[in-house]
Amino acid sequence: MFAVLIDQFWSLTIAGIALGFIYVLISLGYTMVYGVLRMINFANSEIFMWGTFGTIITSRDLFGYTQTSEPAKGFKLALVLLVSLLMSMLVAGLTAVFVEFVAYRRLRAKGTNRLATLISAIGISIALQELMRLLTHSRPVGAPRVLEKIILSEVWGANIRLDTVITIIAAAIIYFILERFIKLSRMGKAIRAVSQNEDAAKLMGVNLNRVITTTFLVGGLATGAAGFFYVTVFEYTKFNIGFTMGMAAFTAAVLGGIGNIRGAFFGGLTLGLLEVYASAILGTQWKAVTVFIVLVLVLLFKPNGLFGEAVQQTRA
Amino acid sequence: MKIRDYFNLRDWGATLWENASRSKRIVIAISSVILVGLLPFAGASFLATPIAAYDAVLVYPVGVFVLMALGLNIVVGKSGMLDLGYVAFFAIGAYTMALMGTHTGLNTWEIMPFGIGFAMLAGVLLGLPTLRLRGDYLAIVTLGFGEIVRLVVLNSTWSKGPNGIANIPMPPDIGPLKFKLDDQKVFFWVVVIMILLTIWMIRRLSVRRPGRAWEAIRQDEDAAELMGVPTLKYKIWSFTLGAAVGGAAGVLYASKNLFIAPEMFTLNVSILILSCVVFGGIGNIWGVVVGATILGYLPDRIRFISDARLFVFGTVLVVVMNFRPDGLLPRKKREKAIVKREVNA
Repeated sequence: MFAVLIDQFWSLTIAGIALGFIYVLISLGYTMVYGVLRMINFANSEIFMWGTFGTIITSRDLFGYTQTSEPAKGFKLALVLLVSLLMSMLVAGLTAVFVEFVAYRRLRAKGTNRLATLISAIGISIALQELMRLLTHSRPVGAPRVLEKIILSEVWGANIRLDTVITIIAAAIIYFILERFIKLSRMGKAIRAVSQNEDAAKLMGVNLNRVITTTFLVGGLATGAAGFFYVTVFEYTKFNIGFTMGMAAFTAAVLGGIGNIRGAFFGGLTLGLLEVYASAILGTQWKAVTVFIVLVLVLLFKPNGLFGEAVQQTRA
Repeated sequence: MKIRDYFNLRDWGATLWENASRSKRIVIAISSVILVGLLPFAGASFLATPIAAYDAVLVYPVGVFVLMALGLNIVVGKSGMLDLGYVAFFAIGAYTMALMGTHTGLNTWEIMPFGIGFAMLAGVLLGLPTLRLRGDYLAIVTLGFGEIVRLVVLNSTWSKGPNGIANIPMPPDIGPLKFKLDDQKVFFWVVVIMILLTIWMIRRLSVRRPGRAWEAIRQDEDAAELMGVPTLKYKIWSFTLGAAVGGAAGVLYASKNLFIAPEMFTLNVSILILSCVVFGGIGNIWGVVVGATILGYLPDRIRFISDARLFVFGTVLVVVMNFRPDGLLPRKKREKAIVKREVNA
């Protein structure tokens, strides 16, 4: 049972870190919106799913790569990857803003109860997923071969592949930029002000609607970047991948303490490693079950997560 | 008085009912039950469904949807908690029926209490850790739970994994009434009886202590807690009762379908049932019944919707919440009733 884990410990660890960084970026989408609205963005999983299609559309339709074509090299490779990444971020960011406009804005203006907003959010999430299902005829979509998965080197018997390296480095950079943006920029300060005290921020002249839209946009951009890395590593996408990934990323956000950006970072990495080790021990079909059990255990014993605010205190 | 008040069917019906004498009420109740009971005979009329057999459609989706929507309404409507994994309880009921029906000699009615019991047990186990937290956490945990139950039966050997369980026994005949595959009138009548029992249960509970506690929790949980309402206890009760109805629906569904597989219990079912509750009018029994009937029936009547059913329902959730948050038939407005009475006096 544990033989696989011990045998391949280091390659599992590397895979776990890469997966963890994907979770980090998605959970930023959850955690940022939660920080500002005190509400879970149910549609974030579908925003991620739409983001993965941004990459596929770029490499397949814009650059004309197919699953059998020659992989790109050198400068061309960097260009294609960069454009795909930006496209994914753009698609996801716009989807997030759309979600905010359609599902949240009107209800927020009316000041209705939380239940209405939650239902509205789950509604838009289902609608987005179903729209993609109808567009892709319920079929999985394979990613074109752009990046050849070259083995760069071997450390302790673990192969270090190019796609994992790109994922880890680029995701870390994106995370760092976002963290700096929240910490230093004017808009970032406004976002933090709103998440601390909405009314006080409003009195200080913060434009609430603009802050909330920006939060959705930034969260969407991070989630979209995760979509790009997902396609790069796993080379396929489907209309329903959002659910499992979203659930895991949400668990990561809760694990780190939802509403807390640094929490999302540690939560994501922890969960990525945990999930990879657990599926080595129990088998991959129990991956989602492990994640769910982690979520319930965290909520049961440490609901404020590792770095977060107390969940129970801020009740509806 | 605003114009839209005239269109408040809910209040119109309530006034009609409240002003009727006791004997008149009995007449209204009995005649509507008979009218509903006769529905399976109306298959040749404009109600006929093009794809599936009409009497089968009346049982599933329509009847089962109404039953489940009523159960979910206890959780979402009465006490204001969002349960997105309702399908889990339905699946637990169905798998209890399938496993016990094929492995033991018990019949459907003897298995029913087990199905309800297991669903309630799952409700308590899930409710205890999550109901202490805020509403959104419950929503996402139940969302996960619904999927986990499906994954567990999909990956386990006792449930025969993705192949599902076949040869589930039908319910035994009740006197001259025989359960048949090609003629599901008796199933429909059984569902109607279960629906009536559920409605009776909800109505009884609503006017008693649990109902008042749920109402208080829904309006302001902190205030309710301060007033001495044991909120966690009543939230778990509400959650568990909802689960019980879901389990009962599952037992009946498995026994009607004779075959179940994990793919019948996806997240989509939870969303469909939630749409029924929201569309009809959260918290109002009759609204939920009407909403579930319409949303259960329409996709089978109109072909176009059956392909894009979930897309339509997702959109329905957003549109209803944004423009008519009370649904088709809104919840009874207590405050309004009080004001009216004061004006009259």
